[in-house]
Amino acid sequence: MQYKLTTPVTAEDLAPLQAGDTVLLSGTVYTARDAAHKRMMELLDAGKPLPFPVEGSALYYVGPTPERPGEVIGSAGPTTSGRMDAYSPRLLDLGQAIMIGKGARNQAVKEAVVRNGAVYLAALGGAGALMAASVEELEIICWEDLGCEAVRRLQVKDFPLTVILDAHGGDLYESGPAAYLAARA
Amino acid sequence: MRTISASQITDTVARLCVQANTELPPDVAAALAAFQDREPWPLARQTLGLLRDNLSLAREKNLPICQDTGMACVFVELGQDVHIEGGFEEAIHEGVRRGYGEGYLRKSIVGDPLRRVNTEDNTPAAITLRLVPGDGLTITVAPKGFGSENMSRLGMLKPADGVEGVKRFVVETVRLAGPNPCPPTVLGIGIGGSFDKVAGLAKHALLRPLDQPHPDPFYAALERELLEEINGLGIGPQGFGGRTTCLGLAIEAAPTHVAGLPVAVNVSCHVTRRATAQL
Repeated sequence: MQYKLTTPVTAEDLAPLQAGDTVLLSGTVYTARDAAHKRMMELLDAGKPLPFPVEGSALYYVGPTPERPGEVIGSAGPTTSGRMDAYSPRLLDLGQAIMIGKGARNQAVKEAVVRNGAVYLAALGGAGALMAASVEELEIICWEDLGCEAVRRLQVKDFPLTVILDAHGGDLYESGPAAYLAARA
Repeated sequence: MRTISASQITDTVARLCVQANTELPPDVAAALAAFQDREPWPLARQTLGLLRDNLSLAREKNLPICQDTGMACVFVELGQDVHIEGGFEEAIHEGVRRGYGEGYLRKSIVGDPLRRVNTEDNTPAAITLRLVPGDGLTITVAPKGFGSENMSRLGMLKPADGVEGVKRFVVETVRLAGPNPCPPTVLGIGIGGSFDKVAGLAKHALLRPLDQPHPDPFYAALERELLEEINGLGIGPQGFGGRTTCLGLAIEAAPTHVAGLPVAVNVSCHVTRRATAQL
């Protein structure tokens, strides 16, 4: 199935999604990688607010290449999500609804996804030019000193994504290869 | 004795950094197309199509193929009859600095592995120098992304583990990597040498075009067997499932100690980049 979603989203919006479905996501998406996640944890530890409204939000694990003059964004494919595993459950428990990246997540993230009715979506790894084509606006909202890791607010239109972890415990990285091998046998 | 100036080296490295990051080598692009044609699983076929669309889009829009424009791995074959006027290593670093700046490539290098402050210009390059006969100078820039680099492994096997042990180690590496290194991957495999040497062999093996089998029929057969076994794992493009898990692999072997069987697997992605020039 293909779904069209616009952020911010609710658990009800995400409930129908199943591992293997595709999503065309529109609206606001925030970028954050390792260093930005670390700083977000420091803010939370200090009892301070996050730099964006977390409820129903989508976070994209990406560090784009610098944009050429007159262009919105450079190349912008996903980075490996597993490096954010240490931080994601806390953000999901605070209301973050969508994680976008590539690669496997740990058990704690999978449980937090189910517990909160969230999803983990994959962007196409290594397809930075293709992913960039759906980005209409970009603004750095904080931590400019982090360079490509600064937190950016993106406006995306029909950003093409695939459901990896759904809210019901499905995991495409397990079910996809298993289905292929079963069909081949 | 032939003289080559440092500025020629800098100009060449700068140009190669940009070229490597925006145009996939023809052999890698051809492998993607060939695997798409033979891919039986619909989702995998469609995914390979999107990866190929990305290549055209990158060319059209003058964008890097992948946002991880990598650590600049620079391989130099220097003729022993060449005299270089000016600082050799600094000429290469300056080429990387210019290429990554002028080419709007991402600066992904931190100056210290623990204190982690970005050097802001993607230097230093990782330079591998080989002295060769003659008065030529060949430079290859192979930008390496770390999504795949992080999935690489090195093992000090026992001689008794033999070919089967090496195969198990390579296949296990791919299985453990799963979806993380942006499959379909390309693998550089080093066998033999010493602890440090085998990693260098694996990295250097990534420079060999995918349509060139190993010149030794024994290793060429091993490459074919490994590729077939890996493409039976079912991981598929992006880890979504399918046949196409690996586009190709190259083995480099070297003499080793009677007591050892080192093996290293340098994992690379479907955006395996390299650009070469001769001066």
